[in-house]
Amino acid sequence: MQPLTNEQIRAVIARGKLKDTIFKGVGLFCLAIALLVIVALIADMFMKGSERFTLDFFINFASRRATQAGILSAWVGSLLVMLVTALAAVPLGVAAGLYLEEYAKRNWLTHVIEVNISNLAAVPSIVYGLLALGIFVYQFGFGQSILSAGLTLALLILPIIIVATREAIRAIPAMIREGSMAVGATRWQTCRYHIIPYAMPGILTGVIIGLARAIGETAPIITIGALTFIAFLPPVPFTGEPPAGLFDWVMSPFTVMPIQIFNWTSRPDPAFEVNAAAAGFVLMVMVLSMNAVAIYLRYKMRKNIKW
Amino acid sequence: MQIHDNPALKAEARNLNFYYGEAKALKNINMPIYDKKVTALIGPSGCGKSTYLRSFNRMHDLYPGNRYEGEIRFFPDNTNLLSPEVDPIEVRMRVGMVFQKPNPFPKSIYENVAYGLRVRGENNKRVLDDKVEHALKGGAIWDEVKDRLQDLASNLSGGQQQRLCIARALATDPELLLFDEPTSALDPIATAAIEELVHELKKRVTILIVTHNMQQAARVSDYTAYMFLGEMIEFGKTDEIFIKPQDKRTEDYITGRMG
Repeated sequence: MQPLTNEQIRAVIARGKLKDTIFKGVGLFCLAIALLVIVALIADMFMKGSERFTLDFFINFASRRATQAGILSAWVGSLLVMLVTALAAVPLGVAAGLYLEEYAKRNWLTHVIEVNISNLAAVPSIVYGLLALGIFVYQFGFGQSILSAGLTLALLILPIIIVATREAIRAIPAMIREGSMAVGATRWQTCRYHIIPYAMPGILTGVIIGLARAIGETAPIITIGALTFIAFLPPVPFTGEPPAGLFDWVMSPFTVMPIQIFNWTSRPDPAFEVNAAAAGFVLMVMVLSMNAVAIYLRYKMRKNIKW
Repeated sequence: MQIHDNPALKAEARNLNFYYGEAKALKNINMPIYDKKVTALIGPSGCGKSTYLRSFNRMHDLYPGNRYEGEIRFFPDNTNLLSPEVDPIEVRMRVGMVFQKPNPFPKSIYENVAYGLRVRGENNKRVLDDKVEHALKGGAIWDEVKDRLQDLASNLSGGQQQRLCIARALATDPELLLFDEPTSALDPIATAAIEELVHELKKRVTILIVTHNMQQAARVSDYTAYMFLGEMIEFGKTDEIFIKPQDKRTEDYITGRMG
């Protein structure tokens, strides 16, 4: 084969670069579509709902009059349900992930479990709702409470947390584990002083992404019977009917943001659509700020973890 | 392989075989480790020298499918380190290890060294301070870090990190210290510092060191073992091995005709 002349080399490069440019354009276009959709959605809700962005909207209960209706019980309900969800899902998910990565023997049983954790993540959320209705609401007698809802959503995001935990653990180099074991540490000491702290940024990211998913879930919450019209807040600790305790609120009826939105969109009066748009925007802000917190925490915690 | 006027034994491999699953990685190894001496393991890549080294602190127990046969006797108490009745954690409390690549924990310099003591339940601040300082001095890094013990260990240079890892291993007063190619990731100056340190350390601890660098073996060790394909080909005083090797294969390797 003849060596290429300089002109031919330049022609080859030019053809290659043309493809570069074309792909860059196509990629940018695809990215723009995705971004535009979300920006348009948020902007649309913001504009439609803008007249409701007053303090009253956040501190009023639901009402039959659209202009007086607010999202107090919904956002408080969402936050409390998230709290229960996190308290239940994080210890369970982290412990399960840690066990699978650090303790479990590699055999067919663990393999089956691993495959089924991925399957759990694919179960439609309404099915979790049905399960929870049977188990939490009726069997355990938790009723249509914040506790039932929190536990239901905890089940829903458990696979997300387990997978995030395992991935975070797997990113820790074997030499760190060996370094710890080599001075005579037990497995638990290694987990306690090294694996869990070093995996924490990844675990937290998974937890928050899981919670961000849970906060928007509607179907399972409706299934277990969240109320759509609720004009009171769960009792503040030690203030309910005697004997009042710290955790009375977990047994309280509740509503959450997505249900409030759903309720407003199904009203005939178009004035409620404004409420729905405003509440939708608030929900988006909640989700996005959770993601922002996740990004910040990951950045902050990873800064000190280098190998 | 009979060697006379020998010092006391610290450990001795007897008919040691090792399997990664079905693959036999060590074949019937017999070898003494002498007390307060430096023994170097040399041989081409894949000859089993690291596998052999990692048997001394039961590192292979961390992974499934590994199997030992034979014994490593540990003196003065004549314990078989490989016995299933002996807890690998107990073994690792007596046998320290320094790895190929410096592997400080992403914690402070202080916590890196204190870790082995904390694992043993030591929480007294004064005792910890004392032992950390002593270990850092033993690792010849005290002067460089004494003013910044709370700094992250990852901010140290590679050579400093490795000396920190040595200090970490020294903090718990091991009887035997394993070095797995400790200078392969370091520059010549940092390497020289580690070699000098090894020389210094043998006054207080028995050392077994894997190296792929024959000059290093010649410089730091009192005894040298040449391994090839999982077998112990030759063991002897370093001077004798390097000047008049008994086995043709050792000679080929040392003179650079192979490996």
